[in-house]
Amino acid sequence: MKNNNVIEVENLTKKFGDFTAVNSISFEVKKGEIFGFLGANGAGKTTAMKMLIGIGKPTSGKAQVADFDVLTHPEEIKKNIGYMSQKFALYDDLTVKENITFFGGIYGLSRAKIKEKRSELVAELGLGDILNELVGSLPLGWKQKLSFSIALLHDPIIVFLDEPTGGVDPITRRQFWEMIYKSSNNGTTIFVTTHYMDEAEYCDRVSIMVDGKIEALDTPKNLKKKYEAENMNEVFLKLARG
Amino acid sequence: MKRFIGFIKKEFYHIFRDKRSLFILFGMPVAQILLFGFAITNEINNVDIAIFDKSNDVTTQEIIHKISASKYFSIKQNITNEADIETVFQKGKVHAVLVFENDFKKNLTKDNSAKVHIITDATDPNTANSITNYISAIIGSYRKEINKDISIEYQIDTKTRMVYNPELKSVFMFVPGVMTIILMLVSAMMTSISITREKELGTMEVLLVSPLKPFQVIVGKVIPYIFLSIINAIVIVLLSIFVFEMPIQGSLFLLALESVFFIITSLSLGILISTISATQQTAMMISLMGLMLPTILLSGFIFPISSMPFPLQVISNIIPAKWFILILKGIMLKGVGLFFIWKETLILIGMTLFFIALSVKKYKIRLE
Amino acid sequence: MSISVKNISKSFKKVNAVNDVSFEVKEGELFGLIGPDGAGKTTIFRILTTLLFADKGAVTVAGFDVVDDYKEIRNNVGYMPGKFSLYQDLTVEENLEFFATIFGTTIEENYDLIKDIYIQIEPFKKRRAGKLSGGMKQKLALCCALIHKPKVLFLDEPTTGVDPVSRKEFWQMLKRLQQKGITILVSTPYMDEAALCDRIALIQGGKILQIDTPHEITKHYPKKIYDVSADNMYLLIESLKNFDHQYSVYPFGEFVHYTDNRADFNPQELQQYLEARNHQNIKIKITKTTIEDTFMELAK
Repeated sequence: MKNNNVIEVENLTKKFGDFTAVNSISFEVKKGEIFGFLGANGAGKTTAMKMLIGIGKPTSGKAQVADFDVLTHPEEIKKNIGYMSQKFALYDDLTVKENITFFGGIYGLSRAKIKEKRSELVAELGLGDILNELVGSLPLGWKQKLSFSIALLHDPIIVFLDEPTGGVDPITRRQFWEMIYKSSNNGTTIFVTTHYMDEAEYCDRVSIMVDGKIEALDTPKNLKKKYEAENMNEVFLKLARG
Repeated sequence: MKRFIGFIKKEFYHIFRDKRSLFILFGMPVAQILLFGFAITNEINNVDIAIFDKSNDVTTQEIIHKISASKYFSIKQNITNEADIETVFQKGKVHAVLVFENDFKKNLTKDNSAKVHIITDATDPNTANSITNYISAIIGSYRKEINKDISIEYQIDTKTRMVYNPELKSVFMFVPGVMTIILMLVSAMMTSISITREKELGTMEVLLVSPLKPFQVIVGKVIPYIFLSIINAIVIVLLSIFVFEMPIQGSLFLLALESVFFIITSLSLGILISTISATQQTAMMISLMGLMLPTILLSGFIFPISSMPFPLQVISNIIPAKWFILILKGIMLKGVGLFFIWKETLILIGMTLFFIALSVKKYKIRLE
Repeated sequence: MSISVKNISKSFKKVNAVNDVSFEVKEGELFGLIGPDGAGKTTIFRILTTLLFADKGAVTVAGFDVVDDYKEIRNNVGYMPGKFSLYQDLTVEENLEFFATIFGTTIEENYDLIKDIYIQIEPFKKRRAGKLSGGMKQKLALCCALIHKPKVLFLDEPTTGVDPVSRKEFWQMLKRLQQKGITILVSTPYMDEAALCDRIALIQGGKILQIDTPHEITKHYPKKIYDVSADNMYLLIESLKNFDHQYSVYPFGEFVHYTDNRADFNPQELQQYLEARNHQNIKIKITKTTIEDTFMELAK
């Protein structure tokens, strides 16, 4: 990979008629980084992320994910990334085993590989007892962990997490972030959006979007220093106030 | 390719694990085929007719016997005077009256010709045609029988008359039916959707935790639809009079009154549906499948109830639309007054009160 | 007592949503029900606002029993359920007027109560509620719940899904309302908001973990907490978890909150242990116990 950058974005813009949702943003994400993509609802985060994962077409500007251009090779991008959606997107009426098998198949894994991955997950998450339970009956925390693991089934170089910790209790949230740390330590790049500002502190670097533009891009430590804030929430408030 | 198959496999899981979709895929088609198969029929079966036998001789008795022996007709009543013909039609008891002239046998043997009059209720023009044809056919086959061994043929002259709808306009049949369906659709379906929408959005919770009494909420929801339905009814009637030249023989006031009863019945059915539906989609499905479909098939709107197998005829009695269509046909086409349709009216009012009571009872003042 | 909840329980099919919950809210208090999704907060709210029957237990609100006197309660409380429950196709003005009318009052009558809040959305008063931003919907919903000057205000997760600026403004509005004598019961999953309440009840899995003021509640945490940081977060956590005497190890942003089993713990020992494992840039210092730390400990 050139420059060791998994994501390279240059003046990326998205307009819907008169309305500019994403206004010429530029940034890079290095391999193995945990990158926090922050911003209030409606700031343009989701629109920007959709372009990066190959399901939204940019109006202008360039972006490359895993060395593929988002405009010309979105299908290649989809093959090389993992994605965990906001609602954890598992099939409630299928069992844990069936979900793993299904998504493994979708990502093009061989049957042997799926079996191998399944055993790995069982060992790592302790799924032994619940392998044949319907996902719908699992508590939220389990769904979250399972959803993340499934996004990584095909060992992608980067995984996109869209608001992955909504509503979950503090302990489960931390266990989840420990899973993220582990992945990152193994070399997977993590691109996460969240509106929990305290989670921003777990990231190596964060960017904050306000009204379609990136108004801040740095490590949490540097941002707190720059805005004389005790925590990221304060940084955000000071930024939003202008 | 493998991904594709994996995806299809998943789809099958979803279908078989969802009880509702299983019902739609297997239960409904079976139910519908049975329903359609039995309800939709253009044949006639056991149609009630009346006989006015002015001669009362052997020949007429033989003809009458042949008719009643057939599975197509059942002799409901014997009329003894002219005025009763009109009455028996107005009451809606029979679909046809067969009139034999005086001295039938004598005329047949003396002049080789006798007259029979077939008077048919044409408010349902298709059935009327069938009835007339079948009776004529039976009489025709009798004629052949008696003509077997004689040289000069006997003629039985059949004159036919269609009452209430001499030109056999099918619109006369459709207008009452369509009016019924539309009133039911607007009132029942729209009301149920409106109430469940409130539940779905969560605003129902806020309304409950307020001084508004639950019954005020319901009545408030229902009143706009009463007005809209009345306007709909008026538009339909005006269109039928001016565009389709359909006569309104009876009292407009009575028509309006009965329509209001029916509208209220439909509205209370809508409220009832909303008490058992959590989402608008469910309400719509129940309104369409549970209300519309049986109404269209079993109310006598298109397919004559009298020709259906007995169990379906019994079921048709609990469908409010059936009674309303009878009332509408009576008022619009036959020009009858309350005297002739009091039974149907009473049934309709009874149903209205029953459904209102049921929905009030089921309406929850709490979320559970 | 403005709100008195005694030993209520509620199950749905097989799930125990609320399990023997008791608490009291004094008149004029700003009381927070703090817990994640599924903790039972919404169920408790629905029982208190007379929308559900509890399987067991007794509740009174403003002196009225939720079962026998539910009509009185419905006339006298303001309720803002999750999702704001506004009429999307009515304008801001029309929504407010509707709620004023069904409570038998007018916008003018209690305008002073909602003035501070309403002036922020007044420029949009002719806009349909469906077209408002999250923060504005929140303010409108609050006005609608207040318009009849209720004695008690029930707000179920009013800040969920709303941007941080609006969240902050919302709590400022609540504080001002409190000064006008209204009792307010709020539920939220955000621990930082808990600190703004007079008293809080921590709840998880249908059970109350602890009730106290935000300040005192951290005293329920039995140990000293240390902020520990090093260059590699992941490896640091692994090392700490493998440390013999660790009691709890949780990531907390830049730092890891570490607590030790022993009363006489010496951080130097930890420093040496980590150095031996080649961690770089080790920092260890005592830190203030937060409500979140307390919650996690009590929820274990």
